[in-house]
Amino acid sequence: MNSRLLQSLYAVVIAGFFALPTRITAQITEYQEKQWLDSAAASSHVGNLTGDAHRAAETYRRYCVVCHGELGDGNGESAYWFDTPLYFKPRDFTLGVFKCRSTPTGTLPTDEDLANSIARGLDRSNMPPWNVLTAQERADLVAWIKHYSPRWQTEKPGEPIAIPAEPEVTAERIKAGQDVFNRVQCWKCHGVEGKANGPSASTLQDDLGRPILPYNFSEGGRFKCGSTDADLYKIFMTGLDGTPMPSFSDNIKPEEAWDLVFFLRTLQPFHTKAKEIANGLNLKPINPNAPPPSQ
Amino acid sequence: MRMWAQSRLCQKPQRFTSILAAVFSMLFLILTAAQRADALPAFARKYGLRCSACHETWPILNNFGLRFRDNGYQLMNDRDSPIWQNPGYWPVTFRITPIWHRLSSLQAVDTYGGIPPAITGSQIQRITSSGFDLSGLDFHTGGTLEKNISFYVLPSADPTATFHFETVMARFDNLLGSSWINIKMGRFELNNLLSEKRMVQLTGNGGIYQTYHFIPVGDGNIYGQMGNNQLGMEYLGHSENDRTRISAALLSSSSGNENLITGANSYSGFFTFDQGIDAGKLGVERIGGYAYVGEAATYYRTTGGVPIPGSGIGNKGFSRVGFTGQLYLGPHFDLNVVTQHGSDNAWFGQGYGNAINPGSANQGIPQCPPTCLANNVPGTTLPAGSQAPIWNGYTFEARYVYSSQLIFIGLYEAERMSQQANNGAGSANPSPSKLGNINNYTALVRYNPFMNPRAGMALQAEFNSFHQDLTGPSITPGVLTNTNTNELLLGIDFDF
Repeated sequence: MNSRLLQSLYAVVIAGFFALPTRITAQITEYQEKQWLDSAAASSHVGNLTGDAHRAAETYRRYCVVCHGELGDGNGESAYWFDTPLYFKPRDFTLGVFKCRSTPTGTLPTDEDLANSIARGLDRSNMPPWNVLTAQERADLVAWIKHYSPRWQTEKPGEPIAIPAEPEVTAERIKAGQDVFNRVQCWKCHGVEGKANGPSASTLQDDLGRPILPYNFSEGGRFKCGSTDADLYKIFMTGLDGTPMPSFSDNIKPEEAWDLVFFLRTLQPFHTKAKEIANGLNLKPINPNAPPPSQ
Repeated sequence: MRMWAQSRLCQKPQRFTSILAAVFSMLFLILTAAQRADALPAFARKYGLRCSACHETWPILNNFGLRFRDNGYQLMNDRDSPIWQNPGYWPVTFRITPIWHRLSSLQAVDTYGGIPPAITGSQIQRITSSGFDLSGLDFHTGGTLEKNISFYVLPSADPTATFHFETVMARFDNLLGSSWINIKMGRFELNNLLSEKRMVQLTGNGGIYQTYHFIPVGDGNIYGQMGNNQLGMEYLGHSENDRTRISAALLSSSSGNENLITGANSYSGFFTFDQGIDAGKLGVERIGGYAYVGEAATYYRTTGGVPIPGSGIGNKGFSRVGFTGQLYLGPHFDLNVVTQHGSDNAWFGQGYGNAINPGSANQGIPQCPPTCLANNVPGTTLPAGSQAPIWNGYTFEARYVYSSQLIFIGLYEAERMSQQANNGAGSANPSPSKLGNINNYTALVRYNPFMNPRAGMALQAEFNSFHQDLTGPSITPGVLTNTNTNELLLGIDFDF
């Protein structure tokens, strides 16, 4: 073949090859992007950072879309394969309902809450910790997530609950915590020893009717929404919205909440001060069928 | 939701474009054929993540992928142990790359004359050849045996299906509950920030980092090549978000070859440190350094004059030190830099140390030619003017990540001799100062037509130009010419 013709052929083929991706990768329209970028919800404030949704578009597609989906509805291509209850289905951002919040149940979380969830990940789900992203990238992702639900257009995030300073753990507080555990019937789901084998455990479903497991304290895994005592306090005072875990803020006083934190720590297989004290107390599991103590 | 619905309508014209694109793509494949593809689907399948989660473009790791690897192939979401996987899950991926390439290089070519025709001389001529070809075949298997205990095994075949173990290792991670204590043992890639095993370049000279393999002309030290997977044990420590990473590896000085037949009884160490710095919108900037220091044999005891495998002694030293950087200069642009200051002992510089070399070309190890200086036998002295060869290397790899599916890469490498082995005082045969200097240029575009957690495919077009001073064909005694090689490659890289 004529070498000039061959060279021309190469040039055409290579030029065509290079041109292909620019068209194929156009996955959203300019109209759509403009709508989003003009939306007031497409921003966030995390610490002193301002998140911008349109900066997060590529980040979302790179890391998140496979589970949470192009529409943010939790129906990414991998979502189908996450079998509940061992794995949680990906969050449906269009509902605007989030487990991990510092705000009262039923309210929207703060931007900080969402950024923390992204950084921390959610144990016992397929959501890994994304703390390798920069704080700015996480703030941008928060802005992106918010544009999916109309709730962010019409509602403000809730006011974070007040968490009183953590008191000193004592034997009395641990015993009081056990009483709270019994009174508000944590054992019904979590079991009397915190082994996630309470009488209701096998019947639990989330708000979308999917089976869900209670947290098993005896495994010692990280809590869904953090690992500190304050995180644990927050979990049962705000509830995990969308799951059967309710908020107990109307049933438990702040000082009782700390008592419960200390007791729950004794159910975990860690060497903590609470555990040490509980061992000294020879604390027995509660007996839900026992008659109430005489007044 | 509303906006998405509208966007779907707006996307209709793009379908036509996509069909056109597909037609062009098919045309392209039929007319040429070439290139290569995506991530390790064994991990992607396990976690349901796309290749792009861990890879800038497969197989180049991004920061998330780096942390995944540093944690022993774990996401750290309490579902890493295989007990959580479907019992049918078996973490195996194969990868192969059909290619078409066109290679041209300068050769000494015979000239003919007379009747009947006879060789009358030779001339330097550019020889060009092209054709369809295959890469080797890799079988990647890796994953967790238990939480924080993992493995990686990579049997790899050359295009003739001759297998060897590219990687075999077991590792223990997060010992004592700390991300700072991770140990692995076996044969593995050194903890290079710019990984050669994960580079996407496919051409012969562009497909390795010259800086990682540079050896001065005539040097007999086949060790100290950072690009080769090495046998040994490595400690790795990292912060939880992987911003800070340190490692120290104890390696057999065998250039990664098994059976103790080379470099027996000597060890080397490879040490790295790198620190990631949050740079806001730019991402994570990472800078670090490395040191590769060790010894290798220059003398082999013999039987009947033939070196005895595994008998290497007379150890002499070598070192490679340098800086590394992964610098994000914009939302889509990053520049990766590796520098190297290398030095070999004068004995290596004179060609000793390479008496037994089972290395093969596909491992980047030069074969010891029959005439090389085999042995530093007792009583041998170095020629006058012998000195340690010293050089500096520079690698710059710029990447433009248009999207997670499309990446452009430009690679430039320069290797510069600063001290030739023969140029000491009193040398009878000094070498030209630029002997062996290298300039290496590579440009490529790599496109992943799709992204999913099951399989990967990429189309790649790549061009490489390699130039090395005074190492080319020679037709006149004493007149040295340059090596000059160009390669154009198109390939379909896929794995499943």
